[in-house]
Amino acid sequence: MAETLARSNFIGAEAPAGVRPVTLLRRPTAKTGLVAWLTTVDHKKIGLLYGAFAAFFFLLGGVEALLIRTQLIVPNNHLVSAHFYSELFTMHGTTMIFLAVMPLNAAFFNLLVPLQIGARDVAFPRLNAFSLWVFVAGAIILNVGWFLQAGAPAAGWFGYAPLTSKLFTPDISADLWTVGLQVLGVSSIVASLNFIVTIINLRAPGLTMMRLPVFCWMTLVTSFLLILAMPSIAIALVEVIFDRHFGTNFFEVSNGGQPILWQHLFWIFGHPEVYILILPPMGYISEILPTFARKPLFGYPIVVFSGAMIGFIGFGVWSHHMFTTGMGVVATSAFALATMAIAVPTGVKIFNWIGTLWGGHLRMRVPMLFALGFIWMFMMGGFSGIMHAAAPADTQQHNSYFVVAHFHYVLIGGATFALLAAIPYWLPKFSGRLVPEFWGKLSFWTIFTGFNATFFPMHFLGLNGMPRRTWTYDADMGWNTGNLVATLGAYLLGIGILIYVATVIWSCFKGERAGPDPWDARTLEWSIPSPPPEYNFAVLPTVHARDAWWYEKQHREETAREEAAHAKDEAAHGGIHMPAQSWYPLFAAAGLLTAGLCFAHYSLAGSLVGVGILLLSVYLWALEGPGGYHLHPGESGGGAPDHAKP
Amino acid sequence: MSTATATLSHPHDPGTATGIPHKKLLLWAFLASDCMFFGTLISSHLVYRQHPPPGNPVATQVFDIELTSFSTFILLMSSLMMALAVNAIQRGKVRAMRSSLLTTAFFGLIFLGCQVWEFWHFVYEKHMTITNSIFGSTFFTLTGTHGTHVAVGVLWLLSMYAYSFKKGFDQRNAVDVESMGLYWHFVDIVWIVIFTAVYLLEYVYPVSPVR
Repeated sequence: MAETLARSNFIGAEAPAGVRPVTLLRRPTAKTGLVAWLTTVDHKKIGLLYGAFAAFFFLLGGVEALLIRTQLIVPNNHLVSAHFYSELFTMHGTTMIFLAVMPLNAAFFNLLVPLQIGARDVAFPRLNAFSLWVFVAGAIILNVGWFLQAGAPAAGWFGYAPLTSKLFTPDISADLWTVGLQVLGVSSIVASLNFIVTIINLRAPGLTMMRLPVFCWMTLVTSFLLILAMPSIAIALVEVIFDRHFGTNFFEVSNGGQPILWQHLFWIFGHPEVYILILPPMGYISEILPTFARKPLFGYPIVVFSGAMIGFIGFGVWSHHMFTTGMGVVATSAFALATMAIAVPTGVKIFNWIGTLWGGHLRMRVPMLFALGFIWMFMMGGFSGIMHAAAPADTQQHNSYFVVAHFHYVLIGGATFALLAAIPYWLPKFSGRLVPEFWGKLSFWTIFTGFNATFFPMHFLGLNGMPRRTWTYDADMGWNTGNLVATLGAYLLGIGILIYVATVIWSCFKGERAGPDPWDARTLEWSIPSPPPEYNFAVLPTVHARDAWWYEKQHREETAREEAAHAKDEAAHGGIHMPAQSWYPLFAAAGLLTAGLCFAHYSLAGSLVGVGILLLSVYLWALEGPGGYHLHPGESGGGAPDHAKP
Repeated sequence: MSTATATLSHPHDPGTATGIPHKKLLLWAFLASDCMFFGTLISSHLVYRQHPPPGNPVATQVFDIELTSFSTFILLMSSLMMALAVNAIQRGKVRAMRSSLLTTAFFGLIFLGCQVWEFWHFVYEKHMTITNSIFGSTFFTLTGTHGTHVAVGVLWLLSMYAYSFKKGFDQRNAVDVESMGLYWHFVDIVWIVIFTAVYLLEYVYPVSPVR
């Protein structure tokens, strides 16, 4: 077998040179304008698109949150109806998790991973574009309900059965939710497969796994989590969809179904999901702290190993979301123990971040403030999490505002703060401009204060019995002050976010210009111009150590010699091979969008049309082949396309 | 991890860090994910069969185990045909690959035909439908999903068959046929698990029906 592999020509080949491609639609070559963006396969453009959409939905989710908080500012308020309130908290959660944080992480996977591993793009550029447009399709399906009579989904972001059954939610809001999430699942799984192959197979020469930047490791673990966890919710959604559309009995108690199965299947996905949300942010922090402490990451191998352990153990704790469902002593204890165990690798990472800072020369720039804020706020979220792990205590905390406090500390204080650190840190690389220090720091302090004012009181609200997801509360429960402070804090947080967003947008146009390496950083993305050229690296680097760019800066002569030798090789091969743009990822996603929307509206004909468009696009995508064209360093834009050799 | 083993086959291709072609690695990762899909469906079935409600069909009275054993065998044989197809293209024998591909697809169609007959039999003669019992719901969803995977595989096989007539199709396309082979073998293995956990299990560890 190995001999066959060695003898034959196909190792590593993307397309056999033999068969000519069939192109119904010519490969687009536009480099600017709408067509360029719609047909791009460039990971950098795709990353920016993910980021732009995610930022929009982040703000939308924020509006939903402010409406929730305003409804709760005083007891017995009637700003919104009870049903609309259910739509608000459902969509706030769904939007923030699936349409804001996950795609923001996807944006960074796209922008950074190929650069950090010394590659020119991901392994499957068209598949990458497909993931992006399918994400947009899912976002549309989830939000179209706002404009329909059925309304937006209103059964909570976790859609417990039997509330999602036809009996209890007869309108199509539940169909939009289930189908929308299903479509988003396709996007996530496909993107993760792409990144797994990219990180494993496209590393530059010399880049061993234990020299990978921690962010790339976290991307790899997250991708594995996604491909292994999403199937659970996908099948759970299939079961709800089948119950609603075809009358099956998966959650129909009268015919043998058990709604508790939904809870298990959802949380078997749902718990790994929270690690999917937090591992990439831990990656950003692991890159940012060393730069601003001017020290390498403390304990790199154990940080990597802990990340993998968190991912692994994360599959074994799901029923800590179900402590009050009567699973029995054995199950409850087992999950409580596993949940406490998972705090260990998490704590190990925090100690290593502190070790990175210790004795370092700290520079308090904007990304560093958010990164330091992350360490502290995420720890606080971890402390309330550990309190939940004690099942008897959780019996009181479950479904109370204590849980709301916990997950907002880890998701805002943790994930969001890390994202807010990553944006000003990497903005100079992709826009060529810096974020101004004063406005960045002002936004930090406003956000930090507003965030704590909003969510710290919720610990007490929860311990004092205020339940989640309730539209209003009576004046004599003792919850008035807590809610008032939380709402005012939320407005302050909103102002802070607005300052931040305005600052970032302003910076993209008017910010101080940055060179390739404004932070004197350590990883390969800082070795190329800002913004990067289309082909990323004029010459693919050779990696000799962890923190490859730092090594290159200390060994300039050796690096220059290697690059000169490689440049000769690449020129001799005809230049840099670039992937060609394509319409089919967009068309295939449009087919999926059509199918999803029509299916959610119980239209068989429309669904079949959508599936037909999807299948046709996939066929033509396969037949057009990878294509590609050549560039020489310093050139930009499509050279003559390669035709397959006969 | 050594980089010296990365082979430059296509002049513009920097090779792969592992020596495994991208498409193959992608398919392996996809199969890991697909395992979890089937795992969830099989788990749902196994969980629900423990507590049958009144009126739930008794599996041993519904199944035609001889037919299902036959179709299982056919699917296994189709995997053999698939392996032969892969072997043929690796040695550059396109004609032999084509006939093996066609045979694989043919056996796959026989399997599907048996499934269709079986489903028709369950619905119209044994009166077990996807809606009228929990056993029906889990059974038809699980085996229907598997059948859909087989159908997609057959389409893929026939497409590859047609594609193999294009000028220039040769040994260099082996990675595509191998990837398809991986998928087909996976679908076969999943069926072995389903046959065991859904069919054979009922004969070895029957669940007493609730009166």
